[in-house]
Amino acid sequence: MAFDTFPAFLIMGKHGVYVWSAYGFSMLAIAVLTWNTFAHHRKVRNTLMKRYRMDQIR
Amino acid sequence: MRWVWFHKLGSPKWFFFQSKSWVLPLLGLGSIGLIVGLVWGLAFAPADYQQGDTFRIIYIHVPAAMLAQSCYFALGAAGFVYLVWQMKMAPIFIKAIAPIGAVMALIALVTGAIWGKPTWGTWWIWDARLTSVLVLFFLYMGIIALQSAFDDVMLANKATAVVCVVGLINLPIIKYSVVWWNTLHQGATFSLAEKPAMSAEMWLPLLVSVVGFYLFIAGLVLWRMQSEILQREHRSSWVKKEVMDRGL
Repeated sequence: MAFDTFPAFLIMGKHGVYVWSAYGFSMLAIAVLTWNTFAHHRKVRNTLMKRYRMDQIR
Repeated sequence: MRWVWFHKLGSPKWFFFQSKSWVLPLLGLGSIGLIVGLVWGLAFAPADYQQGDTFRIIYIHVPAAMLAQSCYFALGAAGFVYLVWQMKMAPIFIKAIAPIGAVMALIALVTGAIWGKPTWGTWWIWDARLTSVLVLFFLYMGIIALQSAFDDVMLANKATAVVCVVGLINLPIIKYSVVWWNTLHQGATFSLAEKPAMSAEMWLPLLVSVVGFYLFIAGLVLWRMQSEILQREHRSSWVKKEVMDRGL
């Protein structure tokens, strides 16, 4: 471990705010991208399923 | 030379069933690489002697910037393949990878700005490297917008492919911007031919993080391609069977 204590890990010298906000933003962006990919896939499948069922009724 | 694989690659059905089992393993391995690389970089790598702990931003900034460029290279190659061979899979790939590349470029820009403030004293400066990466981001946005700007799918495919290929010119500009112009941004720290100038304790976590990013993004690209194939091929009987079987 490069830090002696947990608070030191959070503060990171004096630039903790920069490091943590950079990591926070990136993780958020990747999470949103992953969620969007999942939600889009589910939506495509659901829309197609509805369409095929409508076709069957007709 | 056997070109069978190339022709098979052009078939959305073949691709769909081949890539289906790849998505989860890629996402899983990628997440492990990301978590290991980032925790290692954040907590265990030694602090830089000049920048202190601020340099830890490198473990996301560099992989994101590499991916933003790699994704665009793939986009340009796909555009070329579409223009020459009209391969059906090319626009599907372009549609899937463009938003991912855009997010990677955005991460590179934002983490770069956050890194710039404490080290250069400014969030942003209009120098060659930063501006060319901003152009890359706008290229991605333009391609995303262009795909839905036409009612005619063939026309949309073609126009998008042309922009993808033309935009390739930006890649060498990004790469050599730090050499050709006098920029604030430092030159490349790593090259394939030489031993890294950084200590192994610092570049090993970076390597793990880069590999993690690539695997994770590959999983996401395949997943988005799956959605796109289902949507575009919805009139095929195999898509109907696939959708109905899974849902029941």
